Amino acid sequence: MTGKDSVILHGMWASPYSTRVELALKVKGISYEYVEEDFKNKTPELLKYNPVHKKIPVLVHNGKPVAESLVILQYIEEVWKDGPQLLPHDPHEKAQVRFWVHFINTKYTEIMTTVITTEGEVQEKALSQVYELMKLLDEGIKTFFPDGNPTFEAKNLGLLDIVGSSVFCAFSAVEELIGVKIIDPEKTPVLFSWITALREQPIVMETITPPEKLVSLILRPWRQGFINPHLSQS
Amino acid sequence: MSRKERSMEEVKVIGFWTSPYVYRVTWALKLKGVEYEYQEEDIWNKSDLLLQYNPVHKKVPVFVHGGKTIVESGIILEYIDETWPQNPLVPTDPHARAMARFWIKFVGDKMRNFQGFFFKRAGEEQIKAVKEAQEYLKILEDHGPEEKKFFDGDNIGMTDLSMGWLAFWLEAMEEASGVQVLEANSFPRLHAWIRNFKQVPVIKENHPDHTRLVAYFKRLREMFTKPATT
Repeated sequence: MTGKDSVILHGMWASPYSTRVELALKVKGISYEYVEEDFKNKTPELLKYNPVHKKIPVLVHNGKPVAESLVILQYIEEVWKDGPQLLPHDPHEKAQVRFWVHFINTKYTEIMTTVITTEGEVQEKALSQVYELMKLLDEGIKTFFPDGNPTFEAKNLGLLDIVGSSVFCAFSAVEELIGVKIIDPEKTPVLFSWITALREQPIVMETITPPEKLVSLILRPWRQGFINPHLSQS
Repeated sequence: MSRKERSMEEVKVIGFWTSPYVYRVTWALKLKGVEYEYQEEDIWNKSDLLLQYNPVHKKVPVFVHGGKTIVESGIILEYIDETWPQNPLVPTDPHARAMARFWIKFVGDKMRNFQGFFFKRAGEEQIKAVKEAQEYLKILEDHGPEEKKFFDGDNIGMTDLSMGWLAFWLEAMEEASGVQVLEANSFPRLHAWIRNFKQVPVIKENHPDHTRLVAYFKRLREMFTKPATT
């Protein structure tokens, strides 16, 4: 693709679906214009470009919209063929990356909603499911870093790293919010090392939602709304 | 190994006869003329083999190629399309491809809305669930193929395969629960698509037997709509 491309991303600062697209654009070295969307006051463009869901993120490339974060990431990978690749070349390895991306995107995010918005027994039950998922993911990550030592010195961030960053890099702030450990360095050492290595990449910390802001402005009020509804304002 | 060499290796599909997700995979293989071995798995009595092949989700379909395993029908379809490029399942234009994947995701995400009515006993809740299913189906109807025969154009593709549930399973669920959801008058485009889809030779010769499927769904419905015992 030549330099005359117009790339616009409609996103929202607190959404991991949005930040993962930004991260991918940066890894691929694609210049883009960013439009911050306010859920209470969506731009007419957003409603036009994603009429079915009216949600972010939406990538508009030369006037044509693409919606759904993982669809956007695949689109970016397929269109910008030169430079850093987000997926491995080998089809089976590619399938393995997609499997874990899908795993994080569905199973983990679903159960974390329960963990963040509940307490007591309900939360405990959800947490035990989270630990099971984390153990499985730890095994999964091991297949990409066989020596058990994730680093990014020799290679660029890939699709799984990008999605993982958008979802996991705020984990210690979330742990503080709910007062419980989610990712244990002893029980899931490779997963923990992977996330630590991701957090050390400047490109990741510059792009993902700042964890403290995410917790204080979004997650804490959201949790309060369920646990102490009479105390919350909205 | 070259792609050509890889494409010659043995293919195996582990499935269950009632699963639309399994059919997506076997339809794709047949459309591309790829030989495969099929192994029926009883999902109500899972074998050790299945648990070994898919330890994370313990589900079908499981796709094995040259000894390597892939699960999740969407991921399997992408792999199949990349490994056997003849009769491509996705458009060549990247934006059209993105639209296909958008609709595939939509169908996957909304499956529980489409099927909710099936798990309700006759009455208020069922009526509500039918309305909800119709709301979401209306979105497919509105964006359904206008001039083209299929969602993917003149020939069927990944989007159509992912919509296969509408063609055989929805009608069986409707019959088993005694309700009509996809009325012909309200959903002319989807009805036309279903007719065209069922005419495609690979599809016509490979789908679950309607009578058997209805009986299966009737039994399933009995299980799920049993009144709670005290």
